[in-house]
Amino acid sequence: MDTLQSIFNAMMREALSPQTAAVAIAVIGLNIHFGFTGLINIGQSAFMLLGAYGFAIAVWHGLPMVVGIVLGFAAALVFALILGAPTLKLRGDYLAIVTISAAEIIRYVGRSALLTDFTGSAQGIPGSQYRNGFTSLSFFGDGDFTLLPFNYQDVAGGSAGVRLVFWIVALACVAAIVLVARDTERFQGNARVGVLIGLSAVLVVLLLFLFPVSTQSTGVNGWWVRMVAWVLVMVCVGVTYLLVRSPWGRLLRGIREDEEAIRSLGKNVFAIKMQALIIGGLFGALGGMIYVLPASVQPDSMGRSLTFFCYTALLLGGAATIFGPVLGSVLFFAGRIVIKTAAAAYIPNSVMNGQQTEQFSYIVVGVVLMLLVIFRPQGILGNKRELRFDV
Amino acid sequence: MLVGAPAADAVDTLCLPGPDQACIAGTLRTEQGVLADVKLTVTAPDGTTSDVTTSESGKWNLQVDKEGTYTVKIDESTLPKGLVTSGEVKVQAQFGATRPALIDIRTASYSSSTSKFDELLQSSVNGLRLGLLLALASVGLSLIYGTTGLSNFAHAEQVTLGGMVGYGLVNVAGLPLLLGGVLVVVICAATGYLQDRGLWQPLRRRGLGLTQMMIVTIGLSLALQYCFQYAVGAGTVRIVTDNPSVRSFGPITITNQSLVAMAISVVVLAGVGFALLRTRIGRATRAVSDNPALAAASGIDTDKVIRLVWTVAMGLAGLSGLLYALVTNGIKWDTGMQILLLLFAAVTLGGLGTAFGALVGAIIIGLVVELSPVLGMPGDFKYATAMLILILLLLVRPQGLLGKPQRVG
Repeated sequence: MDTLQSIFNAMMREALSPQTAAVAIAVIGLNIHFGFTGLINIGQSAFMLLGAYGFAIAVWHGLPMVVGIVLGFAAALVFALILGAPTLKLRGDYLAIVTISAAEIIRYVGRSALLTDFTGSAQGIPGSQYRNGFTSLSFFGDGDFTLLPFNYQDVAGGSAGVRLVFWIVALACVAAIVLVARDTERFQGNARVGVLIGLSAVLVVLLLFLFPVSTQSTGVNGWWVRMVAWVLVMVCVGVTYLLVRSPWGRLLRGIREDEEAIRSLGKNVFAIKMQALIIGGLFGALGGMIYVLPASVQPDSMGRSLTFFCYTALLLGGAATIFGPVLGSVLFFAGRIVIKTAAAAYIPNSVMNGQQTEQFSYIVVGVVLMLLVIFRPQGILGNKRELRFDV
Repeated sequence: MLVGAPAADAVDTLCLPGPDQACIAGTLRTEQGVLADVKLTVTAPDGTTSDVTTSESGKWNLQVDKEGTYTVKIDESTLPKGLVTSGEVKVQAQFGATRPALIDIRTASYSSSTSKFDELLQSSVNGLRLGLLLALASVGLSLIYGTTGLSNFAHAEQVTLGGMVGYGLVNVAGLPLLLGGVLVVVICAATGYLQDRGLWQPLRRRGLGLTQMMIVTIGLSLALQYCFQYAVGAGTVRIVTDNPSVRSFGPITITNQSLVAMAISVVVLAGVGFALLRTRIGRATRAVSDNPALAAASGIDTDKVIRLVWTVAMGLAGLSGLLYALVTNGIKWDTGMQILLLLFAAVTLGGLGTAFGALVGAIIIGLVVELSPVLGMPGDFKYATAMLILILLLLVRPQGLLGKPQRVG
């Protein structure tokens, strides 16, 4: 029981962490590329890394934070232009090849000893060099607090039986959400949305009640950076919602389904694809800036694997959906930590040591990505018919 | 030409770095052999000096109990006649580590700085070597693309797999290198066969789109990378542990292993080229690659051809990985990931889907990567030149050198 509790506590902590939010924002950008426009960008981590570098290097060298943010965005914009210009007129796999190669190059350049004064080479830029301006904006004060201070320990002293009951209630809540979501006949229109939002809210409160998360208010990885990160996620979701419902957003889907048809309507397909690449890349850069706030700018931590995680999160939640990227990212990181901690707790050390549980969790991620694409390409929230496109 | 010992495992009398002890070590040798009984003076950061003498095999080491910058100076009076040296070198000692001190010594007749031309020659040979190894892997990658339309992002992991299986068979299980090498190719080819049988053919039958399949290869690549890490850890492993012997042709120095690896690559590539051009199955492969529907309509069993292509491609990738691990002294879980970029640059440069294009592209990319540092590109950015070429090429001739224009749009 206590092991389970600690596994789920770790899961909640990971699900709420600012890095999960950062990846969610990058995945929202990737969704604009891959989900809505059908551009196969396998270099989203490079957009993140460039955003992070632009921000961190500027602040490290004494420029104001706003300039750093602008520089981060500018770097991603230039990168998108360089990658898009030669490839967007060609078949889709050329973009894939060029983005994955360019992402590696950005990482090599970041690691280069020649640029140690700017990028800190392979050691990277420590967070303390650029974080202070951001943390000093905090109005949360010192100390630490728990989200939802009323938790399971306040009911019957947190006895196992009580917790078990609540866990079952939480599972029932998930089941109810799934049932309502699939039953399109009985629940329709606003009632459906209302019920779903209500049930989700109850579920979130229940989860926080059962697995309380406590951390510093401001500090390195505290509530302040978490709040900013998740508010930005919500803003990005809103922006995407408005973008894809606009006439421009309809063009994106049109390009994904049939480029020639859109061209025959007199639209400049190349320009629209380029705009999509840039906008998605800017989301990536924003994600990158948040990603490094509680950590440091490490070129190796933002390499090819991170892009692959973004794809897994996107396909898990559902490509070409509004909430898919957020749901996918949360489930991805929470799920990975569950696999890792469960493997550490239940598989004896002689079979799998501590290092190997980490790698085991990534092997599972890779296999899950394959299985998702093969058996459920639409993910959790997606529409299967929308994802039949091809390059 | 100098060369110092890279690490502590080469030292005769042992120096063990501890939590508050550091080691400095090296080997004195010229291009003609090691130097015994040479006196060296090591100056500590606080000015105290200590002397060491090189052993029979030219090795020396020193244990120090302070961290900091040490200066190692050769006592030139103890050097054999006719040798010149750069004299001294600075080493950063660190507790718990053995730091190598590399001192340049050469015979006086040996031109003190190698001329630009010699350097170019040496780099060209290195580039040719890299190009041939890349060609082994990229021909398969290109054939798979040609026959199925799939860009296989897990191809580089198959290269790593070759090195890893080689490590397991030769280093761990102790098989002789030749037998182990043959087994590596067989095992890797078998993974190709099984992959097509168990994964790719069923997916083609399901009608899964190419984009989706490409993401499946990404998942496979991720899973394989961490499988390697799970199995052998994050460090570099070596297939054979003895130091390679070196041979010189005029200004060019090359290890025997590299020569053999290049010879094997040339023979195998020639074999593949011959098979493609002159045999029935080779013609069938080219037909499928040109137009799968037409090939199927004229009675070619495309599934059989594709399975053969997967088998051969993975066998070649495995061979490439094995040779790569042998000539570069080891393989790591992400070795494949590092050369994936070069593979794709090679395949795109030659023209996606053309086997001979991939060969030409690989040689060009190999030469470019090795020559660009000589021509003034900082060494850290040598892979970036491959990327630059890729982008420029896509701007002016997207179908690649030997590709057909209708494939690209």
